[in-house]
Amino acid sequence: MRNDQHPADRRVSRRHLLLGGAAAGLGAAASVGVAAAVTQTGGQSPAAAVDLNGSRTVPFFGVHQAGIETVPQAQVTYLALDLHDSVDAAAVKRMMRILTGDAAQLTQGESALADSEPELALVPARLTVTFGFGPGLVARTAQPAPGWLRPLPAFTVDRLEDAWSGGDLLIQIAADDQLTVAHATRMLLKDTRSFASLRWTQTGFRRAPGSEKPGTTMRNLFGQVDGTVNLMPGSADFEKLVWGSSSPAWLAGGTSLVLRRITMDLDKWDKLDRGGRESAVGRTLAVGAPLTGTKESDEPDFAATTAIGFPVIPEYSHIRRARSEDPGERIFRRGYNYDEPPAGGSVSNSGLLFVSFQADVDAQFVPIQKRLDALDLLNEWITPIGSAVFAIPPGCTSSGYIGDTLI
Amino acid sequence: MNTAFTTKTKTLPTMLLLAVTTLFAATGCAAAAEPATPTASASAADSITIEDAWVKAADDGMSAAFGTLENTGDTDITVVSAESPASTMIELHETVENDSGDMVMQAKKGGFVIPAGASLELAPGGNHIMLMGLTAPLVAGDDATFTLTLSDGSSYDFTAPAKDYTGANETYEGDMDMDMESDSAN
Repeated sequence: MRNDQHPADRRVSRRHLLLGGAAAGLGAAASVGVAAAVTQTGGQSPAAAVDLNGSRTVPFFGVHQAGIETVPQAQVTYLALDLHDSVDAAAVKRMMRILTGDAAQLTQGESALADSEPELALVPARLTVTFGFGPGLVARTAQPAPGWLRPLPAFTVDRLEDAWSGGDLLIQIAADDQLTVAHATRMLLKDTRSFASLRWTQTGFRRAPGSEKPGTTMRNLFGQVDGTVNLMPGSADFEKLVWGSSSPAWLAGGTSLVLRRITMDLDKWDKLDRGGRESAVGRTLAVGAPLTGTKESDEPDFAATTAIGFPVIPEYSHIRRARSEDPGERIFRRGYNYDEPPAGGSVSNSGLLFVSFQADVDAQFVPIQKRLDALDLLNEWITPIGSAVFAIPPGCTSSGYIGDTLI
Repeated sequence: MNTAFTTKTKTLPTMLLLAVTTLFAATGCAAAAEPATPTASASAADSITIEDAWVKAADDGMSAAFGTLENTGDTDITVVSAESPASTMIELHETVENDSGDMVMQAKKGGFVIPAGASLELAPGGNHIMLMGLTAPLVAGDDATFTLTLSDGSSYDFTAPAKDYTGANETYEGDMDMDMESDSAN
């Protein structure tokens, strides 16, 4: 029933009224203001009059978890947690019930249970919360783990740091508004205190909502159009290659997530001319068209050669190396840029949170990365410094919780 | 509203049912705006709901339960008492200012009144259902069940998940003078 609720429903408006009374006396009266209110239900919702982006909601409950097929929001925070040693399957279940309840409410613009800053919950801005299970969490249960739920094989390009790798529980929190993300992050992390400790946090961003036409492919901080060839949510390919995980049984309706933190050496990139930049990838910078085409959507022609016989799209280019002849070796990318404060005299600390979803990490992601590891001119400027793999359990109904097929 | 983990049931003793029905007939109490069709099942328990129920996780001693009680009916409802297997003793508490200006909590005389068509918020620092003696640790994610007894003798059951909560520490330190001095930052 919750899926049917409009974000500006009766309850939210009641909150508005209750909180309006409390806010006036923030301070000495804060301890009694909210509780003293006895308010008529069915008030009017001030937010409903204008079609604000902040009012938009994404259903939480469903066959699949939200935040995967969802058109990528502008802001994301990834949290990885390590379970306390004492946490057993029963405790994991209790944790997931609490997290699910609060995620369900926050994503619909309703305050979490015992929300310490309930006003901040009133702007959902397409908030989604997506949970992933690492090998350490599945091991606490009696259920088998999928074979691919383990660290990726070592790649020669990797310079992995523990600070960005691994984890028992992943929480992906994404919305079009950073304040919304921050509040949801705070509330959900408070829920985990009895069960787990924070291992790492990674934040990323895309264009703000309304800045460009919906559906525009993201650009990364190299200026490249990044994510052109991608599986389309709702397509038969997507069903099979993202949602096709059926073994073990608890994963049906779920998928996997690979998160790679890829640092991009912008200073070194500066030294490369525009032609060099385009041939490294195999696409134009202007519109992201393959070097053999004019539009982003054009199929690259890898057989086309220049007047002197060289391939127009070089053999070493990123798109040539990423492409597989096997249509099963495809993934769904949903990455974000990151841009952190630089250290040590540098002027940038930037990169990409490469995020992909696929039914089978070993069958789909690993072969692609092996090819890129062996040869990809882009490797001159990019370095993976973090890596994590999570099983994404299916969604749940309003009477269940995320992970209810596992524990 | 948190419907995911809250289950609610309503009960009404048959004898009381008759009494209530008679009362309706005798007084003709009906809101002017709504067509009054009192039925045999009409009781306070049919008009009361709780949203966002939760109880503070605690190892032992005291705790408290919160949520928003709503009265969808056209007569006031009074909650006169609460019971739970989670606690040997439960009181309905309010928070008031005493003569010296301190906020203190005390048993709510007469119980919680939820006016017709309105709601009553139970929240840290305000009205709450006080668990005076936990029978077992209430750990985060566990459920506690409660039965509210209403003034017409009907009762309303609900389930509330336990949550870690660091605010409103004033209430649960086993300090029987119920000092409401809060150490939460404001």
